[in-house]
Amino acid sequence: MNSKKWNTVATGILYFIAGVMILILAFLLIFILWNGLPHVSWHFLTTPARSFQTGGGIGIQLFNSFYLLFLAMLISIPISIGAGIYLSEYAKQNWLTSLIRTSIDILSSLPSIVVGLFGFLVFSIQAGLGFSILSGALALTVFNLPLLTRNVEESLNSISESQREAGLALGLSKWETVLRIIIPEALPGIVTGMILGAGRVFGEAAALIYTAGQSAPALDFTNWNPFYIASPLNPLRPAETLAVHIWKINSEGIMPDAAQVSAGASAVLIIAVLIFNFGARFISARVYGKMTGTK
Amino acid sequence: MHDDIKDSLLKKSRATRSEQRGRIISLTCTAIIVLIVVSIFYFVASKGLATFFSNKVNVWDFLSKSIWNPGSTDSHGSPQAGALPMIIGSFGVTLLSAIIATPFAIATAIFMTEISPNKGYKILQPVTELLVGIPSVVYGFIGLSVVVPFVRHTFGGTGFGILAGTFVLFVMILPTVTSMSVDALRAVPRYYREASLALGATRWQTIYKVVLRSATPGLATAVIFGMSRAFGEALAVQMVIGNAVLLPHNLISPASTLTSVLTMGMGNTVMGSAANNALWSLALLLLLMSLVFNLLINKIAKRGRI
Repeated sequence: MNSKKWNTVATGILYFIAGVMILILAFLLIFILWNGLPHVSWHFLTTPARSFQTGGGIGIQLFNSFYLLFLAMLISIPISIGAGIYLSEYAKQNWLTSLIRTSIDILSSLPSIVVGLFGFLVFSIQAGLGFSILSGALALTVFNLPLLTRNVEESLNSISESQREAGLALGLSKWETVLRIIIPEALPGIVTGMILGAGRVFGEAAALIYTAGQSAPALDFTNWNPFYIASPLNPLRPAETLAVHIWKINSEGIMPDAAQVSAGASAVLIIAVLIFNFGARFISARVYGKMTGTK
Repeated sequence: MHDDIKDSLLKKSRATRSEQRGRIISLTCTAIIVLIVVSIFYFVASKGLATFFSNKVNVWDFLSKSIWNPGSTDSHGSPQAGALPMIIGSFGVTLLSAIIATPFAIATAIFMTEISPNKGYKILQPVTELLVGIPSVVYGFIGLSVVVPFVRHTFGGTGFGILAGTFVLFVMILPTVTSMSVDALRAVPRYYREASLALGATRWQTIYKVVLRSATPGLATAVIFGMSRAFGEALAVQMVIGNAVLLPHNLISPASTLTSVLTMGMGNTVMGSAANNALWSLALLLLLMSLVFNLLINKIAKRGRI
C-alpha cells in the first residue's frame, strides 16, 4: 500500500472512532434524560423520600444539595480568591512558592473519598460536628479549593501587565490595584470557574457519605430558625444530598422503586449540571459586557 | 508639641496600611490551603500507619497476602490484613479502562483538531465538556442498569466484576482524557504541520510522524491524569464491582477495589479498632498512589518542556 491509500484508510478509521465516540456520548445523555424525565414531576421534586414504599420523591435531598452547595461556596470563594491573589500577584519565584503550588496540585488530585474520610475524621469526629451539613460543607471546601484557586490565579494572570502598571502609576497600592482594577477585569473568568466548580460540588457524593451523612430526617419547612432541630437551615443536622441518595438507594436495594427514583434523580442532576454549564457561559458574557462597557 | 507634617512623614500612609493588610489576608488564605494538605497527610498517615506499628501487621504481608479479615487475627496474633485483592482490583480496572480509553480519546482528539476542526469545535467539544461534569454516581447508576445486565447476558456470571468496572470507568474518563488530548494537540505549533505538508507528506503522515510525536508528553499526561481519576473513583466503581474481597479469578467474578472497600467498610467499624486501622491503611495507600500519579505527571511535563 502506498502512502496515499494509508492516508485514506487512516482518515476512515478516525472518522469511525469519532463516530463511535459521539454515539457513546449521545447514548449517555439520551439514556439518562429519556429514562429519567418521565419520572420528574412537581410531586417528585417536592415530596420527601420513602424507604419502603413506592411513590417517594427527592424534595429534602434536593434542598440539602442546594443548601450544602451554598455553604460550601460561601466558605471556599473568599479563601480561593485570597489565595489566588497571593499566587498571582505577591508570590515570588522561590522554593516556598513552588512548595505551595505543589501542595495545591496534590490536593486537586486527591481522590474525593480520601477527602471525605479526612473530613469524617477531623470535622465529624475530632471537631465533634458529627454527620452534619457543616462538616459536609467543610469537606466540600477542601475538595473545591485547589481548583477554584487555580482558576482565580489563571484569570488574574491573563490580565495584561500594563493594567497593573497603570494602577501603580496612579499612586494606588498593589492591593488596591488588584481589588479595583485587576479583579473587575478578571471577573468573567473567575465567575465562570466558580459556577463550573459549583456544578462539580453539586454532584459530588464520595466526599459526603461520611461527612454530611446518609440520612435525610424530615424537615419542618415552616420554621426557618437555624437553631431549631428540624429547621431546613439548621447546619448541624445530617443531610443526604441528591447524589448520595442515588448511591444509597442503589446499593441498599430496599426501596421498591429505586430504579425509577434514581433515574429521575439522575436526570435532575444532569439538568442541574447543564444549567450550571450554560449559566457559566451566559453570566460570564453578561459580566464581561457590564465590566468592559461593550454592551 | 503636635506636628501634622512630622506625623504624616513618620506614620505609615493609608495606602501602605491597606497594602500590608492585603498581603496578610492573601497570605493567610494560601496558608490555610497548605495547612489543609499537611493535615490530610498527617491524619491519614497517623491512622494508616497504626496498622503496622500498633497492630503489628507486616508491611509486606499487607501488600502481598490475599486474606482480608482485619477483625480477626492469624496464628501469629496479628490481624489478617492482606490487601492484595483490592490492590489487584484497583490496578486492574485502572489499567484496563486506560487501555481502552486511550485509543478512543486520542483518535477523537485527532479528529477534532486535525480532520474536522469545525465539527469538532461545534459538536464534540461542548458534549465532552458537559460529560466531564456528569457526577460519578450517575455513571454508576448507568453501569448498574446498562453495563451489568449487558455483561451478564454476554459473558455470563452475575455481571458484577472487573469488566463492568472497566466499562464504567472507560466511559467516565473518556471525556477528561479527550479534552486534555485536544489541548495537547492544539499546543503543537501550526508551522510543524505546514513544514511536513510542504515536504509532500500526506495528512496521515503528518499526524502520525509529526503531530503525535511532538504532542507525546501532553498525551501521556492526559492518559495518566485519566488513570489517576480512575484509580481514585469510589462510588461508581463500588456500585458495579460486586464488592467481594477475594482474589479475582476472571474479569466477570465479583471483586473489590481499595475505594470500594473503604466506602463499604468505614461506617461498619469502630474507630481505633484493628479493622478500622486497616481501612485507614488502604486510604493511605490511595493517598500515596495519587502522589505517584502526580509525580509522574510532573516528570513528563518537565521532560516535555525541553
